[in-house]
Amino acid sequence: MFEPLTWTITGLALVAMVFAIVLAALDRRINWWLLGVLGVVEVGLLAQLVVGIVQLASTERDVSGVFFVGYLIGGLIVLPLGALWALAESSRWGAGALAFACFVIPVVELRMYEIWTV
Amino acid sequence: MTDAEATRHGPGRILILVYGVFALSATARAGVQIATEFSEAPIAYALSAVAAVIYCAATFALARATKLSRQVATVAIVIELVGVVGIGAFSYAVPEDFPDATVWSHFGQGYGFVPLVLPVLGLLWLRRTA
Repeated sequence: MFEPLTWTITGLALVAMVFAIVLAALDRRINWWLLGVLGVVEVGLLAQLVVGIVQLASTERDVSGVFFVGYLIGGLIVLPLGALWALAESSRWGAGALAFACFVIPVVELRMYEIWTV
Repeated sequence: MTDAEATRHGPGRILILVYGVFALSATARAGVQIATEFSEAPIAYALSAVAAVIYCAATFALARATKLSRQVATVAIVIELVGVVGIGAFSYAVPEDFPDATVWSHFGQGYGFVPLVLPVLGLLWLRRTA
């Protein structure tokens, strides 16, 4: 598992989460800055999907491949879905919902890390 | 906006997204368990599948936010609450039937007890927006 990518994705997702919480607290809607950060996270997740599958194919560790790839793919769906769901809401709760979507990413990263290192 | 539509706005926005994430992960998890290792713990994995169906039903019914779908959501969430409490208790009582944790075993401990809190919030929200 390529850890720098894991840490970058986790860090950026947490920054985006705080950003979204601040927007919700200020009674604002989500903006392009936030979506831009999430776009970068999404590119990171895509890179992780490729790197993860390549590493899974060549590792000698006893990694549960199905669950690992499941998290790699599942992680890709969360932010776009959360962003669409948040954009369709005109109140601060849209930003709140997106904050939760951001929170899911570190959880997914942690699960993958656990699966890889067990 | 009709009254029923309030279900999917405001705090409901977060609630439904949380339900959606659980629907997604429970479905994926149950799918993998049943496809690859069903014989290891058939009871637990069958219950995993039931949980997945309930989460999906609750998510779509809450997001649909019509008068009828709210009733569907209420039924689904009551089943969810009964499930997490019942299976939570059962998994402590008969641990040998649960070698691999399901979403609801040990009251959702593997998921930060969110599965236990979620149906309570869901029912409160449905009552609030009634």
